[in-house]
Amino acid sequence: MNDNNAIIRFEKVVKRFGDTTVLDGLDFDVHAGEKVAIIGPSGSGKSTVLRILMTLEGIDSGMIHVAGKPLWHQYRNDQLVPAGEAHLREMRKEMGMVFQQFNLFPHMTVRRNITEAPMHVLGLSRKQARERAHEYLELVGLADQADKFPSQLSGGQQQRVAIARALAMHPNIMLFDEPTSALDPELVGEVLNVIQRLSEEHDLTMLLVTHEMQFAREISDRVCFFDQGRIVEQAPPEELFSEPREERTREFLKGFLKASSAA
Amino acid sequence: MLFGISWDTSSNGAFAVSILPILLRGLLVTIEASIVGFVIALTLGLALASLKSNRRRAVSWPARLLTEFIRDTPLLVQLFFLYYVLPDYGVVLPAFLTGALALGIQYSAYTSEVYRAGLESVLRGQIEAARALDLPPGRIFRVIVLPQAVPRIIPALGNYLVSIMKDVPVLSVVSVLEMLSVAKIIGDRTFNYLIPLSMVGGLYLVLTIVASAGARYLDIRLPKRGLPLR
Repeated sequence: MNDNNAIIRFEKVVKRFGDTTVLDGLDFDVHAGEKVAIIGPSGSGKSTVLRILMTLEGIDSGMIHVAGKPLWHQYRNDQLVPAGEAHLREMRKEMGMVFQQFNLFPHMTVRRNITEAPMHVLGLSRKQARERAHEYLELVGLADQADKFPSQLSGGQQQRVAIARALAMHPNIMLFDEPTSALDPELVGEVLNVIQRLSEEHDLTMLLVTHEMQFAREISDRVCFFDQGRIVEQAPPEELFSEPREERTREFLKGFLKASSAA
Repeated sequence: MLFGISWDTSSNGAFAVSILPILLRGLLVTIEASIVGFVIALTLGLALASLKSNRRRAVSWPARLLTEFIRDTPLLVQLFFLYYVLPDYGVVLPAFLTGALALGIQYSAYTSEVYRAGLESVLRGQIEAARALDLPPGRIFRVIVLPQAVPRIIPALGNYLVSIMKDVPVLSVVSVLEMLSVAKIIGDRTFNYLIPLSMVGGLYLVLTIVASAGARYLDIRLPKRGLPLR
């Protein structure tokens, strides 16, 4: 695949944790504006893909480009060398990430959680940052909760704040790492609604690791099924969910259907 | 007579009253040595803690080794070393400063462990979120890690302040006139040790109780909104 429109490109990426190979020569492209859902059994390396993109984990070999620039490498005197902290900080500006455990700062109000990075990374004034925080809190439907502390909010509300916090940095790419897995079932909907609105109203590139198959089907342009550090199968959702080509995909989806009908 | 103040040995009560101002002079030195030593322990400990939590082994290991070395050798040995050996290399410090430095170094080994526990209690997930927001490492430490770690470590640090106060008499061996050595001088000259030494005990009790209460007060007053404290 040689595609110049790719905003994210993995080429033969290998990632190991000790003896386990988590990504096994992964090739993976994402176009600008594309919404990609990543599904697969736990330990298949799907979260690792996001963590590597967010520069929270390094890679052992291969090459990743984001927005046309190497992510884990940089050019120095025309030579490709491992990326330094300055380069990584520059590259992080492209992306925002939402975590399974929300990871809000518990000692800061909701507003401060959101204004901290725009003020101290982007150099916005307090006033500008507050306006921006308000704008995104409105987007996630929590404009009236700005003065609360995270512990005073429900899990679903906390995750919506975390989404607003990531968006306030104006990333081009949003990474969602199982954003609803830590939530009580009745709180999943409100978070999914926000993500759905985002995907419809904003021109963001989105990568979403999820176990919510129905949701993946609704919002994504493409679903990637990961297993053992590789993409086993990828296709538009209607195709992958109704007529999966690979035996492994069929097994996984069947297991899922059983589990969800039993519940 | 000491510090220009003479004592009255006519009765035990009069003796106690007359030496109180002298002992208070000593107490002042004890407090000063504790505070200077504590401040050194706090700063040096923080430096050690951040070195020890460094990802590079070449940085963290020497810091760990140093901590272990400081912790496992007696305060008195370190004090003698600073007082008698450093001048051979041109570093001549006044006795008081040498003593406070020895206390500070000794206790930095302990405070660094307190810091480390406090730092580790700030969840890795939060630090990852801060990195994902592109916050620079120094700012992550200052506004994410420290404000959450400090309220958790105040009680332990308070205990070490009290501990330092109780170690100050060791400085008497390098001729620092703290409270105990003042009491001993009075005893040597009047052949009455019972009263000055009892008073030292009493004054120490007051001092440590005040210090513990101060630490408790700080612990209660620190902003902890939103912080889960165990």
